[in-house]
Amino acid sequence: MPAVQETIDQVKAIDVDQYKYGFVTDIDSEKGAKGLSEETVRFLSAKKDEPEWMTEWRLDALRRFRTMEEPDWARVDYPKIDFDALYYWAAPKSVEGPKSLDEVDPELLATYEKLGIPLREQEILAGVEPKNRVAVDAVFDSVSVVTTFKEELKKAGVIFCSISEALREYPDLVKKYLGSVVPVTDNYYATLNSAVFSDGSFVYIPEGVRCPMELSTYFRINEQNTGQFERTLIIADKGSYVSYLEGCTAPQRDENQLHAAVVELVALDDAEIKYSTVQNWFPGDSQGKGGIYNFVTKRGDCRGKNSKIAWTQVETGSAITWKYPSCILRGDNSVGEFYSIAVSNGYQQIDSGTKMIHLGKNTSSRIISKGISAGRSSNTYRGLVSAHKKASHTRNFTQCDSLLIGQECGAHTVPYIESKNASAVFEHEATTSKISDDQMFYCLQRGMNEEEAVALIVNGFVKDVIQQLPMEFAVEAQKLISISLEGSVG
Amino acid sequence: MLEIKNLHARIAEDGTEILRGIDLKVNAGEVHAVMGPNGSGKSTLSYILAGKEDYEVTEGEIIFHGENLLDMEPDERAAAGVFLAFQYPIEIPGVATMEFLKTAMNAQRKARGQAELTIPDFMKLVRAKAADLNVTMDMLKRPLNVGFSGGEKKRAEILQMSLLEPSLCVLDETDSGLDIDALRIVSEGVNKLRSPERAMIVITHYQRLLDHIVPDVVHVLSKGKIVKTGGKELALELEKNGYADYVGEAA
Repeated sequence: MPAVQETIDQVKAIDVDQYKYGFVTDIDSEKGAKGLSEETVRFLSAKKDEPEWMTEWRLDALRRFRTMEEPDWARVDYPKIDFDALYYWAAPKSVEGPKSLDEVDPELLATYEKLGIPLREQEILAGVEPKNRVAVDAVFDSVSVVTTFKEELKKAGVIFCSISEALREYPDLVKKYLGSVVPVTDNYYATLNSAVFSDGSFVYIPEGVRCPMELSTYFRINEQNTGQFERTLIIADKGSYVSYLEGCTAPQRDENQLHAAVVELVALDDAEIKYSTVQNWFPGDSQGKGGIYNFVTKRGDCRGKNSKIAWTQVETGSAITWKYPSCILRGDNSVGEFYSIAVSNGYQQIDSGTKMIHLGKNTSSRIISKGISAGRSSNTYRGLVSAHKKASHTRNFTQCDSLLIGQECGAHTVPYIESKNASAVFEHEATTSKISDDQMFYCLQRGMNEEEAVALIVNGFVKDVIQQLPMEFAVEAQKLISISLEGSVG
Repeated sequence: MLEIKNLHARIAEDGTEILRGIDLKVNAGEVHAVMGPNGSGKSTLSYILAGKEDYEVTEGEIIFHGENLLDMEPDERAAAGVFLAFQYPIEIPGVATMEFLKTAMNAQRKARGQAELTIPDFMKLVRAKAADLNVTMDMLKRPLNVGFSGGEKKRAEILQMSLLEPSLCVLDETDSGLDIDALRIVSEGVNKLRSPERAMIVITHYQRLLDHIVPDVVHVLSKGKIVKTGGKELALELEKNGYADYVGEAA
């Protein structure tokens, strides 16, 4: 998505922008808040015209953050992050993007081409400066698309806006639910996010409403940048339904190395939330340098009875992924689902999985995780399934499959299962396989080249999860997975 | 069409010599049977024609349509018209047979500079050829070779062969694992593909396959060499007397 404002000296030092996207960043105005301090938080909050309780909430988070230690249990390895070297606020105008597609790295454009992204959209994705992008709006008609879209949602009573706007327009709703799923002190990165979150999405689906369309960040981000500390809050009131799509398959231009987002979902009685993510941030160069660190806390609370939350994710980007979209199955008969494809190549490190916390009676959950490792990457599934002692007749089915491509990658599965109730039925299946030489030879003998053969075999491997994605996302995700694995064989 | 000259080959990993000077000429329109005892090098010959990496050619050459086959990658050989029907077809989990067929056909078309097939055209082709081989829609939707019976696997191989329309078909022990009925269906499928433009090399242990697919020429392979060549009656003779005579000759 378009240029985000904050930048890091560290990123410059490792040449990530020069290498991959070839544009200049020259921030000289309104850098404002460098370093993590009370002043920074106050400055940030004031810039966003936040109510006072919000400022206090942030300051409280900052104080808590000061007392916390960076976790080291994940199977990932990266240099220490200097939080005082980060900027937490920069005005949108301070970033100079490329003037036209001619200034964008041809390699990036080639990838867009392969994904079949129209030229106008390519400009937006590559962060071509808006003033040079007039034609985009004319062709894309993004303004009117967004307007039509908003009107339709309004008719249904759905609120879909940025969280900054929600803080101004719907402060009571935000106050009621913000931090109610991921508490301020939940974990190191979530606490940091609570102190300095930049922006994100807010969704409220009123009682009994089935959201008339898939909600996508794609629409919203065109209006406004979110930055590196994204905060999303989705509330599905009783009997409502919403499907939310996050991210996009095209590689995103981004100058921030550290991303620490928090996503909170609340499903009340009989409500259902489907949350799908495709993450394709810069994974680092061929030497493993640069690349985004993605430390995300995503959690859904099935707060009401018969509620359902389903996470589907396709993770192909980022140098480091630390992410465990989870479900708290609080309401009786509630259902949690987690479908994941995590692809790692090059020097990428992924430690990802889910937590299914069964608190209510007759709650059930399902986990299908497909990890694909290639190159010198490391890919870990880490998951927790637990049943509270009062949660009777809970069920879980977990399937973790790993596929290895090549000799130098690693796959690990770390399942934690804790049942305090004897009536729980938890099943866990795990497999690790390799693309065999025989499979490759068979496909080649039928005329496919090596890349086509790998793509075919991998798509077979991930089919169960791809089927969970909304149609238009599924096709793109398949292509994306093939592209991510290019050059991994031979 | 195909000329194999003084072909010597060994297993790349441990250097075991398998083929010790094979000479074979196959013209368009001909069906050659290659017979021989276990370990004589029959399957190795088929793998080398298809380009499997596990073998190393130490001497000799293979000319196919005037080109040096050994210089080509396996997928290039496939696009040039070499098809190997595997003795043990490989499972591809999660990939519907239909999807596999489409990917293979389009890959070959792309390599030959042809346009990809449209979905309706592809479906029409598959339906017609699948019916001949008693391959049902249900089977086409299942992942390729996963949970297929022996007969289903071989029928799927022949279906691929008929859709890809190769000029050289190499059938490696296609009769293994087949009951009488399946053998007949598969053989009929193969016979349908016989044409003046197409050559076939049929590798087998047993005469019974050759009752159905009648060869023009029969070769006996023993210890990596062709020790006898004759007409279809040679297969009958082998059936009666076994390979004992020829095993001795090569030693």
